[in-house]
Amino acid sequence: MSKTIAEKVLSAKSGKDVRAGEIVEAKVDYIMVNDITAPAAFDEFEGLCAPILRDKVVLIPDHYVPNKDVASAKQAKKMRDFAKKHRIKSYFEVGRGGVCHQLMIEQGFVAPGRLIVGADSHTCSYGALGAFATGIGSTEAATVFARGVLWFKVPESMKFNVSGRLGKWVSGKDIALTMIGDVGVEGARYASMEVGGSSISSLPISDRITISNMGVEAGAKACIIPPDNKVDDYLRPRVRGKYKHVLADADATYSDFREYDGREIVPLVAKPFLPSNVAPASEVGVDIDQAYLGSCTNGRIEDLRIAAKILRGRKVKSSVRMIVVPATKEVFDLAVKEGLVKIFSDAGAFVSGPTCGACLGGHMGVLAPGERCVSSTNRNFVGRMGAKDSEVYLASPAVVAASAVKGRIVDPSEVSR
Amino acid sequence: MKGSLGGRAWVFGDNVDTDQIIPAEYLVTMDNTDLAAHAFENLKPEFAKKVRAGDVIVAGRNFGCGSSREHAPRALLGAGASCVVAESFARIFFRNAINLGLPVIEARLAASGGDIIRVDLVEGVVENETKGERADFASYPPFIMMLIEKGGLVPYTKEMLGCRK
Ligand code: SF4
Repeated sequence: MSKTIAEKVLSAKSGKDVRAGEIVEAKVDYIMVNDITAPAAFDEFEGLCAPILRDKVVLIPDHYVPNKDVASAKQAKKMRDFAKKHRIKSYFEVGRGGVCHQLMIEQGFVAPGRLIVGADSHTCSYGALGAFATGIGSTEAATVFARGVLWFKVPESMKFNVSGRLGKWVSGKDIALTMIGDVGVEGARYASMEVGGSSISSLPISDRITISNMGVEAGAKACIIPPDNKVDDYLRPRVRGKYKHVLADADATYSDFREYDGREIVPLVAKPFLPSNVAPASEVGVDIDQAYLGSCTNGRIEDLRIAAKILRGRKVKSSVRMIVVPATKEVFDLAVKEGLVKIFSDAGAFVSGPTCGACLGGHMGVLAPGERCVSSTNRNFVGRMGAKDSEVYLASPAVVAASAVKGRIVDPSEVSR
Repeated sequence: MKGSLGGRAWVFGDNVDTDQIIPAEYLVTMDNTDLAAHAFENLKPEFAKKVRAGDVIVAGRNFGCGSSREHAPRALLGAGASCVVAESFARIFFRNAINLGLPVIEARLAASGGDIIRVDLVEGVVENETKGERADFASYPPFIMMLIEKGGLVPYTKEMLGCRK
């Protein structure tokens, strides 16, 4: 019988022929933990009586590093010590790594058909390359360290189709916000989203990652884009091991089907305090104190290039602080090489090395009470980037850069045609 | 009996995210009791002081959305909550709670703060004794019931690995 991508991957990894609704224990290809979720996983793991499956485990400090304070320094040290004790090769030290999800993809852990879990909610990002990937908790991560398997409820799948040529400043972020605005923050709850159509095939991997990254903001368990030859091209120089494309059968069963006309999508903004609170950037118009470009959602080289295109020869408005954070070392190095860092710096922006930092209100750009930030990140909940009454407006890199120039939220076409 | 639990209700609205359950600034510990001291600090400052063992969290839709932080269900366990009843849960919160042995029940129940709530996990019934109202919910699939009975995923994993008790 025909199956969705989620049903196929979970069938293959559990060795059973399963359908939506069934609960299985399935074999995990990789398990990632970061500096926030790792310590609890380590404590739980040390209580289990089994050796670690060291080739499956990936340790990435990114949230509160470089160490924000003594408490975070202790957490980061705990990770380093654990990696050493258990001889885990896939540990990425500050200066050699970056934001966990971008790093997982860049380092070739992610490939079509794989089952990957991460103790971080945006693990769903890896669906952009055709993997079934989902966020889990620390306790279950510890059990995966020891057993290499985890229980899953095979999710129902929802199909999203976006077709038509996209406008000049329209990006993966705007497609993600369109879908979340349509179905709401729990519209895809427990479900696996399958996102395809001609607009999606036309997008580079970078924008596809943005779309899968934000699947969890609609409540989804996974957000999968059917793999194509762009994925193969991207993976050729970096993938670890072999992989095969897994595609849905033509008559697979979906719990919902949504269609969008890509030609009608405009640059969007999600206003506080939900990612579903979407409006056209051209209609928002509020003044901003900070503009943030970075994160696993939009901290890739392609994102920086778009922002640099807008900022080249222009200045960040005097009333605004702009913060640019390349997601990984690879992105940072490219940004230096291509002269993007110079463009940002000349425009009056602050550029830092890779970290999650301000995305979660951690450090390096925390908001004061009453302040407002336009941000290329993925969450605008109450207090997400700082004080409880600060505000986060989510937008694409183009909107972030254009708004930084104008000092208020604008459509990029107001700054550059 | 094992499947029956309950206590006083603490009532919350829709989309309570993990930041509201336990603010990010307290994530530097994993001790359930330490975390409980800051549970719902911004939303219901009196919660941490007044909560009693057995109390029940009653909420609206999408409870526990946001970060995958396990600190959230841990804070509730630390506070002594016996279960969470909500119209719906965010997926990772649901998983984390089950894996830690905190029952989470999908049901729509009218309640005011302090109402007495009883839950029967086996029968799939939740009752507001104060208001005299009840709601049914789909009882757990056998695998999940087994996890809860064993006290969560860690005891189950130890058994699978053949660890000595
Ligand atoms: S960049 Fe932001 S959303 Fe992404 S992993 Fe880091 S904190 Fe989470």
